[in-house]
Amino acid sequence: MLRLNGVGRRFPNNVIALDNITTRIEPGAFIALLGPSGCGKSTLLRILAGLDTPDTGSLTWDDNTPPGPGDIGFVFQDATLLPWANAEANVFLPLRLAGKSLETARPIVRDTLAQLGLAGFEHAKPTELSGGMRMRVSIARALVSRPKLLLMDEPFAALDEFTRHRLQDDLFALWREARTTIVFVTHSIYEAAYLASRIIVMSPRPGRIAAELTCTLPDTNTRRTDPAYAALTTQVTETLRAVMPA
Amino acid sequence: MTSLERTAPIAFGLLGLILWQTAVSLLQVPVYVLPGPIAIITAFWSDHASLLLSLLSTLAVTAAALIAAASLGMILALAMAASRLARAAIQPWAVVLQVTPVVAIAPLIIIWVNQQFAALVVCATIVAFFPVLSNTAAGLAATPPELADLFRLNGATRRQTLFLLRLPAALPYFLAGLRIAGTLALVGAVVAEFVASSGGFASGLAGRILESGYRLEIARMFAALTLLAITGILIYAALGAFERMILRRFGAGPSGEVK
Ligand SMILES: Nc1ncnc2c1ncn2[C@@H]1O[C@H](COP(=O)(O)OP(=O)(O)OP(=O)(O)O)[C@@H](O)[C@H]1O
Ligand SMILES: [Mg+2]
Repeated sequence: MLRLNGVGRRFPNNVIALDNITTRIEPGAFIALLGPSGCGKSTLLRILAGLDTPDTGSLTWDDNTPPGPGDIGFVFQDATLLPWANAEANVFLPLRLAGKSLETARPIVRDTLAQLGLAGFEHAKPTELSGGMRMRVSIARALVSRPKLLLMDEPFAALDEFTRHRLQDDLFALWREARTTIVFVTHSIYEAAYLASRIIVMSPRPGRIAAELTCTLPDTNTRRTDPAYAALTTQVTETLRAVMPA
Repeated sequence: MTSLERTAPIAFGLLGLILWQTAVSLLQVPVYVLPGPIAIITAFWSDHASLLLSLLSTLAVTAAALIAAASLGMILALAMAASRLARAAIQPWAVVLQVTPVVAIAPLIIIWVNQQFAALVVCATIVAFFPVLSNTAAGLAATPPELADLFRLNGATRRQTLFLLRLPAALPYFLAGLRIAGTLALVGAVVAEFVASSGGFASGLAGRILESGYRLEIARMFAALTLLAITGILIYAALGAFERMILRRFGAGPSGEVK
């Protein structure tokens, strides 16, 4: 999908948010960016999205085709829906911005809502939905334009444990079906180990890649109870202990 | 709010009125110094046609000024949001107009705009437009950055961002500004009428108040004042109800929170 070549970002206040990030994001990968607060995960995600530009280094997209409008889906920590629009209108938004009419887009919008378990909630306003359902609408909105790359910035951090597990399961199922390339920022070792095909561990000040782990859990929905999952979380924990400054 | 809390201000007001009437009657305060509530109601009743007609005239100025203030505030806020140059150019002048007492500039305006109604509307608009402008400008500037990013990612044009995101997100702020502007428009209209009355134009309530003062009809003066106070409260309440109705239909929180 793309390659990062020595990407660095220094903010005007002289904070070095990212320093010499070099890695590759292979098509179809589910990459978890794991690291403590302030290590530049959000900054890296914004650079991938083209919302921020690196001061040093560069991004090289496969076939030299940088993404256009709708090629990148972005999910924030909060659902950030338009409060005045219902679920359908919120999910329709990216297509609307691309100049589509609701009539032509409605089947795709409804399909995407249904994929996220929201069939029947098309006309619900954000205030009428639970936090988990709002996040589902937000994910549907990111997926409706069929993006090549899905970027998620701690999307489940604000949810309760039960809702978080359900959403992790559903996201994993969606990814197994569509194999959309995903870069997923998280603070949670367990979330990273459960979802990712590769974990990039970052360390702070300056934000650097401290370690990379390729995960080889079975590609099934029973991962969470697999002994290999427990072994992987232990491995990630040990890696974190080894690379984090005391 | 409990129903007791809701009725408390009315009960308190009634108690005040009763005390007032009793004090005035017992101490035999002359009616040209301080009339009691009964004298005021009587004065209103005996002259209600003229008072209500004057109120209508004041209300016409207020309504026209409110519409003008809403449009002017909105247009200026949009200009300020669209360009930093426009913001830099407009902001200090808006503040200058806001801090200059309208009583001081009203005589000038009444000389320059030689149509009386228009002159009063201009004065009241100057008083009323600032909260609309500053609230709408704040609302347009408070677009949630994540949503702005989302629009950018999807290649939104400036027009789309304005109409689909920034304006709707600013609506609650605009409505809050409008509610304040409503009472200010009434204040501005009456102040301008006072200035105009000294030049012989006296169709508004300010005219009735001055006239009652000259004739020492203090009860009638109080009746006009009371009418003005009630009108102010009703304007505020009506605009508040309008605001809640729009926001309920619109589905946004009353604070303009976009979540
Ligand atoms: N616009 C900015 N201007 C100045 N400094 C910034 C800016 N954005 C981020 N930073 C700084 O850069 C560093 C990395 O920030 P970033 O938000 O990428 O961290 P993060 O890993 O996402 O943290 P968290 O887990 O808390 O979300 C932090 O020290 C932050 O204070
Ligand atoms: Mg972050």
